Amino acid sequence: MELLVPEIGLVVFQTIAFLLLMFILAKFAWKPVLAAIKEREQTIDEALNKAELAKQEMVRLAAQNEESMKEARAERDLILKEAKNLKDTIVNEARVQAQTEGAKLIEKAKIEIENQKKAALAELKNQVSSLSLDIAERVLRSQLADQAKQQDLVAALLKDVELN
Amino acid sequence: MDCSHVFDFKVNRLTVVFALFLAFFFVTPVLYAQEDTSNVTATAHAEPEAEKKFNLGKFALHHIADSHSWHVIGDTYIGLPVMLYTNTGLVVFNSNDFHHDDEAKLVVEKGGQRFVKLHEKIYYASEAANEHGQYVEVDENHHSLNKRPLDFSITKNVCTLFISVLVILAVFLKVANGYKVRKGLSPKGLQSWMEPIILFVRDDIAKPNLGHKYERFMPYLLTVFFFIWFNNMLGLIPFLPGGANLTGNIAVTVVLASITLILILVNGNKYYWKHIFAPDVPWWLYIVLVPVEIIGIFTKPIALAIRLFANITAGHILVLALIGLIFVFNSVYVSFVSVPFALFIGAIELLVAFIQAFIFTILSALFIGMAIEEHH
Repeated sequence: MELLVPEIGLVVFQTIAFLLLMFILAKFAWKPVLAAIKEREQTIDEALNKAELAKQEMVRLAAQNEESMKEARAERDLILKEAKNLKDTIVNEARVQAQTEGAKLIEKAKIEIENQKKAALAELKNQVSSLSLDIAERVLRSQLADQAKQQDLVAALLKDVELN
Repeated sequence: MDCSHVFDFKVNRLTVVFALFLAFFFVTPVLYAQEDTSNVTATAHAEPEAEKKFNLGKFALHHIADSHSWHVIGDTYIGLPVMLYTNTGLVVFNSNDFHHDDEAKLVVEKGGQRFVKLHEKIYYASEAANEHGQYVEVDENHHSLNKRPLDFSITKNVCTLFISVLVILAVFLKVANGYKVRKGLSPKGLQSWMEPIILFVRDDIAKPNLGHKYERFMPYLLTVFFFIWFNNMLGLIPFLPGGANLTGNIAVTVVLASITLILILVNGNKYYWKHIFAPDVPWWLYIVLVPVEIIGIFTKPIALAIRLFANITAGHILVLALIGLIFVFNSVYVSFVSVPFALFIGAIELLVAFIQAFIFTILSALFIGMAIEEHH
């Protein structure tokens, strides 16, 4: 039982020493330590939050990049397509123009040829007629030198006239 | 086969440790034996056989009790100051003046008063010695009937108390300084060793039991936790500066529990007092319930005090009893069993040192938390 009876001296010293220890530690140890730990925890939380935000921003930016890349690609495709169309129309137009131009030229040439042909034919006719007149004159001359023959000829001509 | 090397190494180390322990206990009994024989030759006829027998209970109780002098080794004692508040004022002298007499056979005269020491307690000496040569009146249980002066001596426990306070101050002021020097940086050294324990007290003891008002009680909870833990550990050291059974002393635990009680009573809100004096039961039950609740106020801190005292004292008694077995059987060979057992108990005591500090702190937090809890 003696163990269960507190000694007054130890009670007094324990009370004084413990309270003194508690007040000194509270002022010079626990207060700064707990404050520092709390501050550090807040800093860590903040940093983590910031990292999370930065991550989200990164994701957003990447998505944005992707979007603009897509847009740019679509735009490029569109431009290329337009250019191709343009080229096609130009080529087509050129072809059509060339064709019409050629056709015109050919037409012109044909007309020219026709004209030339006509002129040539006309000249030929003239030549042939003058030549035939000349021949006819000469034949007539030779024929009409003789009376009999003149008679025959007239008869023959008359015969032809009848036939016509 | 790397593992076998490690295993071998550990086995070797264990062997060395055991060998040292055994060597120690081989040597000590030999010394005792020599002492015994010299005593026997000197006083063989005077003392009856029964008196010389090793009394295990006495041995254990002597070692867990407080002492006015600090036994270092062999016949070396550190004399601690004895400070007595007597009928005629304060009397101070060195405890070595008693010349290690603990049977009230030597009277010390100081300040016009006569004192004797019996079982580490100081009494006013009787005028004449009784039949055993003791200057005290004793009853049939060998308890003194003499009056005692108020004893404010720096005993072994008080000394340990001061040492532990200085150690705790040194450790935590250094830790606090670490936070100042390495502001905003990660902890280092002693700081990183203590920070998890401080966080453990804050996050696992204070916050769950005290809620958002925990910060007010942190200084007390942290101080009481580290005070108990450090002193439990100091008590496990079998030589200077440890060896005292401070947290296993009822005076110390009663003071700590009283502070918890005062915190409960001072911080208890109206719901706490209503719960005690006007609980939500039919009025005729008050006759039973109110006294029970009032007793409950005091049983909580008493349980705290007794639990800590009993656990630490029990641990010390266990180790002392196991070592004492060697002397009970008066055989070195008992040490082959009792030393490993004592070592095993010592390892468990290391755990108990922490657990008891934890339990005292968490129950204090729980009781305070119950008193400040808001009901909606």
